[in-house]
Amino acid sequence: MELEKEETVLDQNRAPIYEALQTFRQMRVVPFDVPGHKRGRGNPELTAFLGERCVGIDVNSMKPLDNLCHPVSVIREAERLAADAFGAAYAFLMVGGTTSSVQSMVLSTCKRGDKIILPRNVHRSVINALVLCGAVPVYVNPEVDRRLGISLGMQREQVARAIAQNPDAVAVLVNNPTYYGVCSDIRAIVQMAHDANMYCLADEAHGTHFYFGTGMPLSAMEAGADMAAVSMHKSGGSLTQSSFLLIGPRVNAGHVRQIINLTQTTSGSYLLMSSLDISRRNLALRGREIFSRVMEMAGYAREEVNAIGGYYAYGSELINGNSIFNFDPIKLSVHTRDIGLAGIEVYDILRDEYDIQIEFGDIGNILAYLSIGDRPQEVERLVSALAEIRRRYQKDSSGLLSQEYIDPVVVTSPQEAFYAKKRSLPLRESVGCVCSEFVMCYPPGIPILAPGEKITKEILDYIEYAKVKGCSMTGPEDPDILRLNVLE
Amino acid sequence: MELWFSEFHAPDVKHSIRVNRHLYSQKSDYQQIDIFDTPEFGRVLALDGNVQLTERDEFIYDEMITHVPMAVHPAISDILVIGAGDGGVVKELARYDQVRRIDLVEMDPDVVKACRTYLPENASRLDDSRVHIYYDNALRFIRRCTEQYDLIIVDSTDPFGPSEGYFTREFYGICYNALREDGIMVNQQGSPFYQHDAEAMQRSHKRIVSTFPISRVYQAHIPTYAAGYWLFGFASKKYHPVDDLDTARWLSLNLQTKYYTTKLHVGAFYLPAFLERMLEEVEQSDAAKR
Repeated sequence: MELEKEETVLDQNRAPIYEALQTFRQMRVVPFDVPGHKRGRGNPELTAFLGERCVGIDVNSMKPLDNLCHPVSVIREAERLAADAFGAAYAFLMVGGTTSSVQSMVLSTCKRGDKIILPRNVHRSVINALVLCGAVPVYVNPEVDRRLGISLGMQREQVARAIAQNPDAVAVLVNNPTYYGVCSDIRAIVQMAHDANMYCLADEAHGTHFYFGTGMPLSAMEAGADMAAVSMHKSGGSLTQSSFLLIGPRVNAGHVRQIINLTQTTSGSYLLMSSLDISRRNLALRGREIFSRVMEMAGYAREEVNAIGGYYAYGSELINGNSIFNFDPIKLSVHTRDIGLAGIEVYDILRDEYDIQIEFGDIGNILAYLSIGDRPQEVERLVSALAEIRRRYQKDSSGLLSQEYIDPVVVTSPQEAFYAKKRSLPLRESVGCVCSEFVMCYPPGIPILAPGEKITKEILDYIEYAKVKGCSMTGPEDPDILRLNVLE
Repeated sequence: MELWFSEFHAPDVKHSIRVNRHLYSQKSDYQQIDIFDTPEFGRVLALDGNVQLTERDEFIYDEMITHVPMAVHPAISDILVIGAGDGGVVKELARYDQVRRIDLVEMDPDVVKACRTYLPENASRLDDSRVHIYYDNALRFIRRCTEQYDLIIVDSTDPFGPSEGYFTREFYGICYNALREDGIMVNQQGSPFYQHDAEAMQRSHKRIVSTFPISRVYQAHIPTYAAGYWLFGFASKKYHPVDDLDTARWLSLNLQTKYYTTKLHVGAFYLPAFLERMLEEVEQSDAAKR
C-alpha cells in the first residue's frame, strides 16, 4: 500500500462510503452474491425489525464499494479523510471493536518474547494480545487515589524507571484516558519512549472527543504517539463495534494492514463502515460545537450531583501534574461510598428502580457516560434519581471495602500461562498458585487477575467481595467463579 | 375548502376537528406549539400535534385536577404546579382565598406567551400576585425543595415527549420529598383505553404506589382527549381522597363549578372493572416486591 501524499485536497464534507452506498442503492443492482438475505427479502422478520433501509445496505465488498482488506477506492478515501480529521498519518477503519484496534497495535509492534511497558489497569484486550503474540508485560503500577479507590495514570518517573530497567522493551502503552477519565502526561511519555527507541501506543477507547474539543486533554496523535486505538462508537456516535486505528509517521502502514488482516473479517460490515464515515464527517464539521455542549452538560451534572451531598462527582480539581496530568471533562465519575452504597449497588438501583442504565459501577464509584447524544432533560433525571437514592437508601459507610490497587506478581508471560498445563482448584485453595486465566468485573473489563499472575489471599477477598456486591464477573472457564484454573 | 386538524389517538384511530383558522404556529426550543380556531371547540391548543386544551372542554380537566385535592386537604396554602403554562389550573386555584402561594414551573416560555395572547380567558389569573412563574426543568426545580408544599399538581403533556421525565419514579420521589407531612400530589394520569396509553398509565401508577402511602386513581370524561376518557392520580401522605372529603367545608366556600361536585368527587373514584384490575395488577406486583 502506498502512502505518498495524493494530489486531491481532502474535503471533510465528503463521506465516500456513504456516498457510494447511496449510489449503489439507486442502481438497484441484482444480487447474485452474498449476503444471502438479498436486501432483506429472504428474511422478512429481520427486515421488519431492522428496517428495509438498513438491511438494504448490508452488502458484500464489490468494486464500487471497495474492500476493507485491501482498500483502493472509497474505503481508502474514507480512511484518508479520517486520518486528516484526527491528525494522523493514516487511519484504519476497524470493524472488530476497539479490541481489534488495541490488539493490532500490540501485534504490530511486539513479537514473542518482546517486552512491553504498560500500566496494570489496561483493558483485557491488551493482555489478550499478549496471549496471542507472546510478548511479556512490564507493569508500571499506577498510583491509587486512596479516597476514591481508583487507579490513576502513570507517573513520569515510574515510566522513566521502567524504561531504564528494561532498555530492551519495544513499546510503552498508555491509557488516554482511563475509564474514569484520568490522563497521564502522554507527551512526556512519548518523548521518553522515542528517546529509548520504543514505540508509544495509546489506548484511546475513551478519548475520541479529545480530537474534537476545545479545552480537552491532549490527544495521542497530537502528543506524537505512534499508534492509537480510538473507539469512535463510544463518545463519537458510530455504531457499536466500529473503531479507528490511527498511526503516526514512524509506523509502516502496509505492515499494520497485514497485521489487521491476520484476525479481521474479510466481510467487513458496510453498516459499521458507513457509520464510521458519517460520524467522522459529523465530528470533523461539528465536533467542537458538539463536545463543548457535552462538556457544559457534564460540568453542570457534576455541580448538581455534588450539591446533593454525600456523592462526590470528581473532575479537574484532582489534577496533580503527574499521575493525574489531566482529567477528561466529559466523564461523569461519581464516588458513592460516603452514602454507604457500593458503586455497583447504585448502578443496580438506577437500572432496576429508575430505568436508568449507566456505564458501570465498581466498588466505590459509578460512571455515567455522557456523549454526543445526551440532552439536558435526561441529565436532570439522572441527578434526581441519585438524589432519591441518597434519600431512600443512605446508610453508614463503615464496613464498605475500599477498592485498593493490588500489586500483581507476574510469574510467567500471559501466553505461557494461558497455554500451559493446568488444573482447576476451588477458589480458596488456589492461594499461592499461578493463575492461567483472567478474572475481571465487566465493565470495566480491567483484569483483577491475568494469566501468569500469582493468586493471593487479598485478591481472593476482593473477588468474593465484588461477587457479593453484585459485580458481574467474567474471565474464568467456570462461569460462577467458584473455581480457578492454575498452573500445575 | 375544508380544513381539519387531526390527531392520532391510537395508531389506528384518528380524531379530527374542523378548523376555521390556524391562529398560531411556532416551533419552540421544546416543542411545536399550535393554536387553532374551531367551530365546535373554540380555540384549541396543541403541543407536538396533541390537543392540550380546548375552550369548550378545558373546564372538566381544570376543575377535576384542582377541586378534588382542595376539597380533601383542609388547609392548602402553598401549591406547586408543574407544566400548566396555559394557566387553566392556576385560574381554578386562584379562586381559593386560603391559597397563599402558587409556584408554576413551566419549561417552555413560548407556551405561556402564546396562551396569554390567544387564550386570554385561560391565562387570566397568571398575573395574580400569589402566582410565581419559573421557567425551569421541573426535576431541577423540585429537587431543591424539601417539605414546603401542601399540594403539587402535575399538569404535564403525555409521557412520550418532553414531559417524559414527569412520569418517572425519581420525579414522584422528589415530589414526595417536596411535600409537607400531609401533602397531596395530583397528576394527570393519561387514559386507560388504548393499549399504548394504558401501559404508560400502569407504569406511572406503579411508580406512584411505590412512593406514596396512599395512591388512588379517579376519572373524568373529556371529549377531546384519547377515548374521551381520562384519569387522574391522587397520591397522598396522609389524607384519603374519599374518606377525608370535607363536603360541608367545600360547599361553604360557595364556588360555582361546571363539572365538579362533591357527589361527583366520590363517584369519580369508582372505577370500571377492567381498570380496577389493571391497577391491582401493578399494586400487587409492588406489594410482592416489598
